[in-house]
This record gives sequence, structure tokens and C-alpha cells, in this order.
Amino acid sequence: MLRLENIHAGYGPTTILHDISLAVEAGEVVTIVGANGAGKTTTLRTIAGLIRPTAGKITFEGEDVTRLSSHEMVDRGITLIPEGRQLFPDMTVQENLLMGAYRKAARQHKDAALEEVLSLFPRVRERLAQKAGSLSGGEQQMVAIARGMMARPKLLMFDEPSLGLAPIIVTQVFDVIETIVKTGATVLIVEQNVFHTLKAADRGYVLENGEIVLADTSDALLHNDHVRQAYLGI
Amino acid sequence: MNTFLQVLTNGIMLGSLFAIVAVGLTLIFGIVKVVNFAHGEFLMVGMYLTYVLTTWMGIHPFATVILVAPALFLLGAVTQRFLIQPLMSADDDHIQIFATVGLSTALINLALLVFGADIASTPASGLRTPLQLGPVRLLSGQVAILVASIAVVVVLQFFLSRTQTGRAIRAVAQNRAAAQLMGINVNWIYILTFGIGAACVGVASVLIAPLYPTSSGIGTYFVLTAFVVVVLGGLGSIGGAFAGAMIIGLIDSFAGFYIGSDLREVAVFGVFLLILILKPSGLFSSRLNLSHVSP
Repeated sequence: MLRLENIHAGYGPTTILHDISLAVEAGEVVTIVGANGAGKTTTLRTIAGLIRPTAGKITFEGEDVTRLSSHEMVDRGITLIPEGRQLFPDMTVQENLLMGAYRKAARQHKDAALEEVLSLFPRVRERLAQKAGSLSGGEQQMVAIARGMMARPKLLMFDEPSLGLAPIIVTQVFDVIETIVKTGATVLIVEQNVFHTLKAADRGYVLENGEIVLADTSDALLHNDHVRQAYLGI
Repeated sequence: MNTFLQVLTNGIMLGSLFAIVAVGLTLIFGIVKVVNFAHGEFLMVGMYLTYVLTTWMGIHPFATVILVAPALFLLGAVTQRFLIQPLMSADDDHIQIFATVGLSTALINLALLVFGADIASTPASGLRTPLQLGPVRLLSGQVAILVASIAVVVVLQFFLSRTQTGRAIRAVAQNRAAAQLMGINVNWIYILTFGIGAACVGVASVLIAPLYPTSSGIGTYFVLTAFVVVVLGGLGSIGGAFAGAMIIGLIDSFAGFYIGSDLREVAVFGVFLLILILKPSGLFSSRLNLSHVSP
């Protein structure tokens, strides 16, 4: 479904990703594991069209999407739920959700999509009229995920969905993600909570200093000595 | 008592004049985060257009709004696309300010080249006729400005809060990166917003042209006060700009009458400095504020 071939990317003169190649097949849950600064967020931002790669090729459903900008990627069915929620603080929760269905294709079914995500997030329904900025961190994360689903994306990318949340909320967030996975969604997830994420994922890539050093099934990675030492602390 | 009411009315009329000039300025600042120093010259361009269309085609100045507002929209959109946007990735944000200052100077000199240094008087078309409203006298053209300034504020607020495009504009102002992720074309929103802000000043110029003589320097005269109004109301706040304009108009009017006409500006800027010291973010920086920075 999604294929990155020898991608180089970064910010201005600084190259962060060196020769990244990875693939996500339809219906799969794939995770990228790595330390802070390894380039996980940069990878997701590059796929989302926020960063233009300096070399390499990205294809999505057979189409070359390397040079497309972020709004064109949303049209193709790729949505990134960014790190730190990134809601529109002075807009109501409902307005935030509606922005998730901003593109023309999504606008036609925004009412149906709203019902779908609200049935998945009953807590969000209670907060519809509230300012997004007034919610707690966990609630904001739920709204961010719900907003990302409003466009009914084919590929949903999560960037650190549990970052900065209380442990009990983290469990809730993972429950939600697992529910989404069960609906057959294709998911690419970046998470500091490596153990939890590998448990939920089919496959994983290990990213170090902007390069992919390991790629395997989640089970194999969970038993890999390097992964256990560096990321699981076992 | 009658004198007081007259001074009060003058203040409100002056305030609505400042409001209609300032609304576009605060919109552009709130969304695009660019201080448009050419805003006054946009007003000047609009007034010359009104003058030309009125004198050559012999139509009522207000009727020219059908052409002047779209023309100013285009001027604003082109300014954003070809002057500001290429500079947006520059390391130093101040470069955009210098660019708009440059545009301002260019437009003033262009006006001097085309129209010379003489003032151009748009036909009054009955708009300078005094009306007697109970104890107070005012011009019909002033009433039009008051009505139009309220209408512009209401329409803009409605557009920003109730339409999908308006919500997208607010989304871009509140969190640009997230707006991009929603599939909002941020560059296009900036072009649209700059255009709308300039179209607002287009509406202002059509209303002002019959009352004030048009010259190449007219923009500077209005825009300095417009900046004060925008800062006073809280940068990016449309309702705040309206309220700020009324405050400035009233201070100007009352100080001019009760203290002395020489000291009007001293009073206006004195109060302005005082408010800045006491409440640096402006008087009205809550719900209406578009330039809210996320925590």
C-alpha cells in the first residue's frame, strides 16, 4: 500500500533520514521504534507531505506521491495524528472534528463520519460544545484521534499518541487504537512505549540515527537481544 | 446637553470610520501574522479607484463598490502571493514588514505619477448633506459609514464562525501545522485572507472618498490611527478593533472639544500608552481573538 524507497529527508540543510526504505501493506499495523531524535517523527512528516524528501521515492497504492503536498496526501487517504495533539484550542470540539473532514471528498460524508467517531468515543460526544483547549490531556488525545478519523483515511499514522499522558489514560488510548485496528484499518505508529506498541503491531522497524537497522515481525523484535536491551530495558 | 450629544455623535462617527479601516488590518494580522504597512495605501488606491469610476462613468460613489472591493481583493491576494509568500520561509520575519513598507512607498509614488500632487475630489453625491436628528447634526455619508462598519464586522464574524472556509481560516491562525494535516492548503488560506482584508479596506475607501479629499498621502493619515485601534483592540480581534475604534473616536472627539483641538492626539496617544502599560495584550483578547497562540 505504502512504500518508501531510499528516502533522504530533513530540515533545511540538515539531513535526518538517510536512505530509509519501508513498506506498509493494507490492513497491517506497523510500528517504527527508535530513540529520541532517531527520525521517527521526520519519517511520518515526510510521508504526510509536510517535508519534501531530497532523494528517494514514495508510492501509495501504486501512485508516485513523492512530490505531493500535505493537502494532496490527505486527499489520497493518508492522515497523520500528530505528536502533542495539536488541536485548535479556541475552537469547540465539534469544530475541531469538522476540520478533520475539511477536504471536499470527506465533506460529503462528514455527518456520517461524525456519528461513527462519536460512537467510538462516547466521552467526546459529551464535550462537543466545549473549547478544545479546555479539555484534559487524555480527552484532547481522544479528540485528536477522532479528528484524524473524520476523513475516513486509508492509512492512519500515529505520532507518539501516549506522550505526556497519565498511565491510566495511556491504557485507554491503546484500547482505542486497538479498537481502530480491529475495524481493519491500516496503521503506522510511532511510540515511545515500545513494549505496548510491539504487542499491538504486526511488524516493526528499528530506526537509529536516521537509518533503519532492523526490520522484522513484532514477535521477533520482542525477542531480539538488541531491541530488548536498547528499548525494553530487559 | 445638546453639545454633549453632538460631541458624542461625532465621536461615534469618527470611531466607525476608524473601525472600517482597521478591520481588514486586524484580520490580516490575526491570520497571516503580517503587519501590513501598505494598508493605508490600499485605502488610497481604493479611494482613487472610486474617484476615477465616479467621475468618468458618472455613477454614484457607493455603486463603485462592486468594482472597487473585488479590485482591492485582487491587490491583496497578489500582494500575499507574490510579495509576502516568497518571504515566508525567510529566516527573519521582519523582512515581510520591510516588504510591505516598500510596497507602501511604491504605491504612494505610483499615485503621484498617475494623479500628480493635486487632491482629487470625488463628487459628494448628496453624502455631505447634513441631517438633523433631534438635537444632533450629522452627514448622511457618516451614517452610511456607521451602518457599513457594523455590517462588515457582523458579516466577517459570521463568515469566520459559521462557514467551513471561515473555520479553516481560524484553524490556520490557531495551529498552522495541524491545519496542514487536516488538508487545508495554508498558502491558499493566506492569499484568501489577505484578499478579504484588502476588500474590507476597499469597502472603506468607497465610503470615505465622498467625504475626504483623495491624495497620495491620505493612507498615512488614516492608517496610523488604524494601527492604534488594532493594538488597542488586541491584535487579530475583529470585535476588539471595532470597540477600540469607538474608544479612540470618542476620546478624539471629547478631547478635541473639551480640552482643545490641538491636544486631541495627545489625549488619544496618552490613553493608548496608558492601556498598553496596564494591559499589553490589548483590551479585548479573549474569544474573538484570532491570533491565539496554542499553549
